[in-house]
Amino acid sequence: MPSPVGVAGEAAPQAAVRGPNWDNRFTVLILFLPPALLLFTLFVVLPIGEAAWYSGFNWNGFGRPTHWIGFDNYRFVLETRAFWLALRNNGLIIVVSLAVQLPLALTLALMLADKFRGAVALRMLFFMPYILAEIATGLIFSFVYDGDYGLVASIWRTFGAEPPHLLASTDTAMLAVLIVIVWKYFGFHMMLFIAALQSLDKSLVEAARIDGATRSQALRHVVIPLLYPTIRLSVFFAVVGSLQLFDLVMPLTRGGPADSSNTMVSFLYNNGISRMRVGYGSAIGVILFAICVIFAFTYKRWFMRDE
Amino acid sequence: MSNAETTSAPLDPAVPFKAVFLAIVAIFVLVPLLATLLGGFKSLGELRVNPFGLPQHWEWRNYADILFSGRYWQLLRNSLIISTLTVTLTLIVASMAAFTFAHIRFFGSSMLLSYLTLGLLFPAATAVLPLFIKVRDLGLLDTYFGVALPQVAFSLAMSVLLLRRFFKDIPHELLEAALVDGCSYIKFFRYVTLPLSRPILATVGTITFVNSWNAYLLPLVMLNTDALYPWPLGIMVYQGEYSSEWHLILAFITLTILPTIILFLLAQKHIVAGLTAGAVKG
Repeated sequence: MPSPVGVAGEAAPQAAVRGPNWDNRFTVLILFLPPALLLFTLFVVLPIGEAAWYSGFNWNGFGRPTHWIGFDNYRFVLETRAFWLALRNNGLIIVVSLAVQLPLALTLALMLADKFRGAVALRMLFFMPYILAEIATGLIFSFVYDGDYGLVASIWRTFGAEPPHLLASTDTAMLAVLIVIVWKYFGFHMMLFIAALQSLDKSLVEAARIDGATRSQALRHVVIPLLYPTIRLSVFFAVVGSLQLFDLVMPLTRGGPADSSNTMVSFLYNNGISRMRVGYGSAIGVILFAICVIFAFTYKRWFMRDE
Repeated sequence: MSNAETTSAPLDPAVPFKAVFLAIVAIFVLVPLLATLLGGFKSLGELRVNPFGLPQHWEWRNYADILFSGRYWQLLRNSLIISTLTVTLTLIVASMAAFTFAHIRFFGSSMLLSYLTLGLLFPAATAVLPLFIKVRDLGLLDTYFGVALPQVAFSLAMSVLLLRRFFKDIPHELLEAALVDGCSYIKFFRYVTLPLSRPILATVGTITFVNSWNAYLLPLVMLNTDALYPWPLGIMVYQGEYSSEWHLILAFITLTILPTIILFLLAQKHIVAGLTAGAVKG
């Protein structure tokens, strides 16, 4: 806090009340804070509020919204089969993240957290898909899955089978997308775990070993519990990531065929944005917003209270 | 760092299993990338019969044609302009706000900070339609700023939090001494805080850059003119035009992800630190 020996002597009487350097600090307050607040309010907060407002209208985005229809847009959204498919797909992404990606990332982290020749190179290799643009990743895999030229087709042909068009079938499109998601994101979660493992107090593990715990016992009863905060964080990222997944889906399937691989955001794009149905699209946006906020708050309250 | 020597027992039976497992994952990651790189060197006919192996005839023309076309460079230029605008503005605006939150106590300070961190709760996609209308009403549709400004706004929350945490760790005595000597807060910010904060500025800058460089949805909604498209939009257009001429598309993909991979190899430390930041609580 400001020292009692101030330089406020010559300033207005008020300065004495507000402490030394008040003018100085006031200048900073006036100059430094508004740009951030203004940008954030204008482009983040207001649009969310406006989405709630627009969602009450039947509006194509031109002129001003005048045709008020109340909550009908929400009803239309909830009556759309594609919406529930998208929601189910987001659920599937979360399940795969928890059941496949997280154990994979954790296993790899435990293998690569220790230093040995090649460990750093492997870490970087596994992290690399994460920094590639989702669009590029999606295009790469639409080649991998291509029924005529792709890698999968070539493997099928060596066994003399007719190559499948994985992305063109409602049965396999979402599965194909899920594999790409694991490919792209496991490295990120692995890095989270590696960072946590490296800041872990090694003496606890050593103490357990000295007390006669086997390697796997030490892992199960000491290391993993110490990683719980990171596991919770990793789950949090997986869920939030699934809720905003879009770029990856577009080059692969555009949400199709027959909406079978839509995520919430690609559903929003296909039904609201690309057709400029502002009211309908805003209603989807508000629902997605509500899901995100409710999830974030309940998750933080239930699982991340100590952080 | 990790003092692993203690745990490496000689001739662990798990070692071969571990090696096989790591090899499988490495192949899983590498094969699609290598097939993309090599596919760009093949003819379409060869790609069909030999998508995995090395090309029998190296078709340098696929790559050369793209590199000597104005199109590729224009896409990279647009991406670079948008990303640079976004990074510069984010660093300036976020570091000023973070400095205020770190060093100045005022009524409502913690409230305003939590207001900003609301931005972490939801993705830009939720409000993209109203955002489009806002950008249109501001006359910024189909301009670089129409993409960059919303990107800055959405990267503020994370950036301010990371910067503030770092700024707070700069010894307070330093600030007090400077103030007693008649240095203003603004001068302190400019000549002490910023130079001392290079690592975190690099980290925040890198995250923002990677996000902006790879972004698809915002430019897709805000830009209509091909000449302004950043590369993720451009490559989708390209793919639409050459729909099944995969050898060309693969060459194009390789060339567009090349800058990212080079940046990654040069700035690994900052990228890993930045993209996993917020995870490791300091």
